[in-house]
Formats: sequence, structure tokens, C-alpha cells
Amino acid sequence: MAETTTFSNATQVLEPFKGVKKVTIEEYFSSGHRTCQGCESALVMKLMVKAAGPRTIVLGSTGCMYVANTTYYSTPWVVPWMHTQLGSSGSAALGTAAGLKALMKKGKMKAEPINVIAFCGDGGGADMGLGAISATLTHKEYNSLILLYDNESYANTDIQVSGSSPYGAHTTFSPPGKVKRIMHTRWKKNTAGMLAAGHPECRYVATVCASYAVEMMNRVRKALTLGGPTFIHSLDPCPKGWDYDPMLSHELGELAIESGIFPLYEVEDGVLKYYGKTKAIVEGRPRKPVREYLLKQGRFAHFTEEDLEYFQAKVDQMWDKWEIPGVVCFRKDVEAKA
Amino acid sequence: MTVATQAAPAAAQEQEMLISGSEAIAEALTLADIDVVTAYPIRPYDTVMQAIAKKIANGQLVAEYIVAEGEHSQFEIVKHASTVGARVFCGSSGVGWAYAMECLVVTPALRVPLVAMVGNRALDDPGAFGVEHNDALFVRDLGWLLCWIDSSQEALDTTLIAYRVAEDRRIFLPIAISADGAFLTHSQAITKVPSKSLVEKFLPPYNRGDLQLHPDNPITVAPQVNEDWVIEIRRQNNAATERAYTVIEEAYADFRRVFGRGPENPWFEEYMTEDAEVILMGMGTLSLPVKVAIRKMREEGKKVGLIRLRWFRPFPYEQLAEALRKAKAIGVIDRDYSFGSPFGSGVVATEVRAALYNAEHRPPLIGFICGLGGREVTLEDVYKTTEICYSAAKAGKTERATYWLGVRE
Repeated sequence: MAETTTFSNATQVLEPFKGVKKVTIEEYFSSGHRTCQGCESALVMKLMVKAAGPRTIVLGSTGCMYVANTTYYSTPWVVPWMHTQLGSSGSAALGTAAGLKALMKKGKMKAEPINVIAFCGDGGGADMGLGAISATLTHKEYNSLILLYDNESYANTDIQVSGSSPYGAHTTFSPPGKVKRIMHTRWKKNTAGMLAAGHPECRYVATVCASYAVEMMNRVRKALTLGGPTFIHSLDPCPKGWDYDPMLSHELGELAIESGIFPLYEVEDGVLKYYGKTKAIVEGRPRKPVREYLLKQGRFAHFTEEDLEYFQAKVDQMWDKWEIPGVVCFRKDVEAKA
Repeated sequence: MTVATQAAPAAAQEQEMLISGSEAIAEALTLADIDVVTAYPIRPYDTVMQAIAKKIANGQLVAEYIVAEGEHSQFEIVKHASTVGARVFCGSSGVGWAYAMECLVVTPALRVPLVAMVGNRALDDPGAFGVEHNDALFVRDLGWLLCWIDSSQEALDTTLIAYRVAEDRRIFLPIAISADGAFLTHSQAITKVPSKSLVEKFLPPYNRGDLQLHPDNPITVAPQVNEDWVIEIRRQNNAATERAYTVIEEAYADFRRVFGRGPENPWFEEYMTEDAEVILMGMGTLSLPVKVAIRKMREEGKKVGLIRLRWFRPFPYEQLAEALRKAKAIGVIDRDYSFGSPFGSGVVATEVRAALYNAEHRPPLIGFICGLGGREVTLEDVYKTTEICYSAAKAGKTERATYWLGVRE
């Protein structure tokens, strides 16, 4: 069958919401899920698809937002939704986008821009599925968004450490003990920075936090509008995995940003822009000490002064030593050392 | 038994080409107008992807051609493309197929009619490019329909039949077409290639129907069902596999009607079995040396025949029991292994033995493991197989249940 001439690879043009009162009322992630009280990731799902609108297909890889959201006979998804395997968010986005494109191009389906969003947790995205996400970000002719909701552990399976868990966190695979106080000695993987730096033709990579809901939704809208494969990394406080009072989810998100642990930025066509409170930090506003953020969470309750100092020093490095502060970890003093 | 049931109305609409098994599949994919195809290199199946790439580059086929970063993604991408309504193709060999295993598990469970080619290859380690059937057999319990082919013509025809069967709403299951590495993937033969208009008479467009993932059909696919529903869903898959007996027979009958050629018995090819005392069995290209050996042995008065299995899933147990009814001994040649299996037999021998358990007539059955890693199955191997089967026929029992043939001691 020949290619039709009417097909274009255009995306939906989703203008930013100009303030919370301008946000559309319609919900596409509604009741029917059973996430924990205070679950920030459920809010991320709701905002993500609210930002995307009704002409959207969502693919969800295994994790909390699969298991807790879609328990047969109920579903919170008003838009079409499909499960994909733990390491397959990249492949799910690519396959769905390619299927739609082929059918529209060949005149087998009505041509229209349909948003394709695949989400993954930090286990599915930063660990197992990293290769597939990387591959998808090189396929520039297929429009899709991959959203990583990072609650910093395999939270669905009993809170196990992932490559995205912070240093020293108490998880069921990294419990503090009598001989080893710190079982998880790895520093958190810099997923968004790595993906932005490694995929020169990916038009958009951003970090978000749902504590800043409108900012978050507008980044989803920008990613979908720009098109090609795009990536958003969301930091999601998790009452169960981080061990805190569920009412503190938003506050912890804010503290993660204000202490500089999780920088907010976007890389659009290769141009880096910090935004929100992170922008203020880059412009010189002092970062809050990490102590306040860490000690509000039970997963760091075993930390000694020494551990707090180590953590603070590592975060200081992100801002004082990195070539691109908070984003790219090449050291400014490389030449000096050589 | 490749006898046409009527005069060939299609002859004028077919042209002959000298092509390999892999190239024949690529011809069929072009005729089937596939929409999305994913490639990843591993020998020997990758020849099909090279052939498709040329088709697309030359404008003979319009399809999204995606080179994945591994077999896991390769199979996931087409799985998802199929759920929005695209006709898809994929394939692999040996450990590549194994690398995709998680995706191979979910594809039939999601009722995705993917057609895949397995260029059968020995598994690692140690490395070997040659044929063994263990790769495709990984998925025999999961709802994949499995068939083995032994010529370029059968490669082309079976690919068209596979889409027809897989995309039948009564089935909606993936099909793997197995082609022996090198012996078929790379060997060329004269092949009849039908016209597109003829193919359209046989193969309707893929219609995902109410299972299509699209904003106009906002369904939730594959939620957590747990113990509440899993067993019911497994039983639905099993029912679809059982319906495949009927749907496959319909498809072959219709293939003969449209193209004027193709086998009457879809399940297996019978060669000189009518009066056979010893019936040899196997899958794939080993039929060639076996047929040559049978002709030679027939000259010496030995009544030997061959049953070459085409379809392994669904397994034609009733048809086989009938076809083996008159045999005095059966020798099953496996190009695979199943360590620790009953009697140490290969997979096919074990299945045939199980298929005959309830039969009235149960002749001695001997398993032969032969030709692993692509080693040639020689005429001597076949003579030896037959000799052992004749002794069992005379004694009315098997001395040993399994032999390894052509192995250095």
C-alpha cells in the first residue's frame, strides 16, 4: 500500500496553563485506584493525563502505578491504558507510536495527532528499562513522552533499594544493622542529566515535582507539543517507602528542591533552563541544609552526624564542583588536577 | 502429499523466483502489507530482516522498520504496535529468542497476533550457528502456535496462512514459523510468488476490533486480576488454542481454493507411509536426507515412510494416532534435546509418545537425537535409525528408548 500524502507527523499543540485557575476541569485519571494515602505518584498520574487531554494513550510499566491503579474490575483511567513490562516503557511508547504512525500514513486509520505517554517507576526506568528508554530517545520520528515517577525505591514490592534510591536509605534490601549502619552506599543515579546529555536529537528532557503542580503539567504539555521522543523525570515523595506522615508529601517535595537534592530544570533543543526554586538557587539564593529534609523521613533515622555531613558534602559538590551544576557531573577541577 | 484439489486457477497470477527461505518470507510480508517490523541482528534469522529492509528501501513495501536495541525491545515494540491495530512482524534465533522471553510470555497472554520467524539455532554455550529446535520450543506451553517449514515455497505460503490464522478473531494468538538455520534460511529454491490481488482474496485486513487501543475505544488492558480471574483467562487462551485446529484446517482449505496448491493435510506431510512398516518422524529440513534414504531403502524392499510434522502447536495428536495406526515401529528424529525427560528422549518423541498413550495401537517408539548444532543428518544416520526400528518391530518392544546418532564417542 502506498504512502498517503495527507499524513503529517504533527503533534497536538498544548499551550501552557496560565495559572491554576486556567487548568481544565476534566479528569482522565479518576476514582477506582487504591494507592496509599499521601501517594504523590497517583497525583503525578492525574496531573500528567490532565495536562495531556483526552486524545491520549497511556502505557504503564509494572510498578505501583500499575498494581495499585488497575485492579480488575476497576480502573481510574478514562483514556485508553495498557500495561507493559517492567523494563519496557521505552518500547511501549515506541511501538504504540510506530503502530499509529504506520496506520495513519498508509490510510488505514484516520490521521490525527494522538499523545502517547509511557510511564515507569525508578526501578523500571532508571534500572531495568534504561536501555529501552535510551533507544526510544534516538528514534526522533516517533512522538512520545516517557515519564519516570521516581519514588526512590521498588515501592510496590515492599520497598527495595533501586539505582535511584538516595545514599544510605533504609529499605528492605538495605536495612541498617549492628555491624553495617549503611547498607546502600551508592549515590543516586543522575537519570535526567544522563538522558539529556546522551541523546542529542531528543528535543525535551525535564525534571518536575508535583509539589509545583502547574509547573509540572506545563512541562508535560511542552514535551507533548514539541514531539519526537521526550523524557520527564518526576520526584515523588512516598509515605510508605520514605516513612513519614502522609500529610507531608508536598512539603518533602519542596524541601528536596530547596535543599538542592533534586534540581528542577528543562533541556529544550539542547538549551538548559533551570526553573522554580532551583533557578533561585542557581542565581545565588542559599540552599536549605539537607538535614531538615532527611530527618523528616524514617528511612534516614539511623543517620549519624557523620552521615548527614557526608550527604551534605555530596550535595554541595553537585552545585560547587559540577561543570553544569545539578545536571552534568563532570568536575570543574579536572584540568586543575591534571 | 502436496496435491491440489482442483485445477490451478492461480498459475497465471504467480511468478517464479529463485529465493531462500528468508527471502520467501520477506516476499510474503510484502504481499501481506505489514505495517511495523522490528529488527535486531543475530544469525541466521537476520537474513529475513535484511530482505525486508531492501523491500522498504526500494519502495516495494511501506512499513515502519525499527532497529531495536535488543530482542526484548524488539518483541515489545511490535506487541504494542499490534494493539493499536498494526499488522506486525518480528523474529529471532537461539539466545536472541531467549533474550526476548519475557515478551514472548506476554504476547499470547495479551492475544496479540504477531507473526514471528525463528531461524532455528543452537543455544549458547558453547557457540554454534547451526540448527537446533530448542529455541522455538521454549514457548510451546504459552499459547504460541508453532510450525516448522522445509522449503522456500512452504515459507512463503505458511507466512500468509499464519497471518490468516493468527488474526482470526477466534484465535488472536501469535505464531512462530520455524526455519532451520542455514539449511532453509540461506538455501535458495524456485518459489512461486503470487500476485497481490490473489493474496487479498485470501488474507483479509487485520481488525483489532473491540480490543484496539485508541482514544475512540478507551479500554484498560491487562490490569491486575490476581487469583480472582487468572485461571479463567488461562482457560480462554487454551480454548483459543483448541479452536486453532479448526481455523488452521479452514485456512489451508481456503489457501488451496485461492491459490490452487498447498497440502490437504495441514498438520504433517506423509511420504510413502501408505504401506510403511517403519515410520520415521521429524520436523524441518531433515526431511530431505530422510526422503533420499527412504527411496534407497525401498529399492532394497524395506517399507519405510516419513511423517514430517508441520504444526507442533496445536499438536495434531488425533491425526497422528490415525496416521501411525498401521506402523510396526516408529522412529522419531529430534533435532533438539530435553535433558532429564522421560526416557531421555527429545521433545518431539516425548510428545508423540504421549499422543499415542490412549491409542488402541501403540507400536514400539524409539527416540533419536541427531543433527544437533547444525550437524548434517546423513543417510547413514537414517539407515541406522531404520535398522533399530526394524529390530524393535520384530521384537515387538524397544530395547532402548533413546539413541544419540552421529556422535563421536
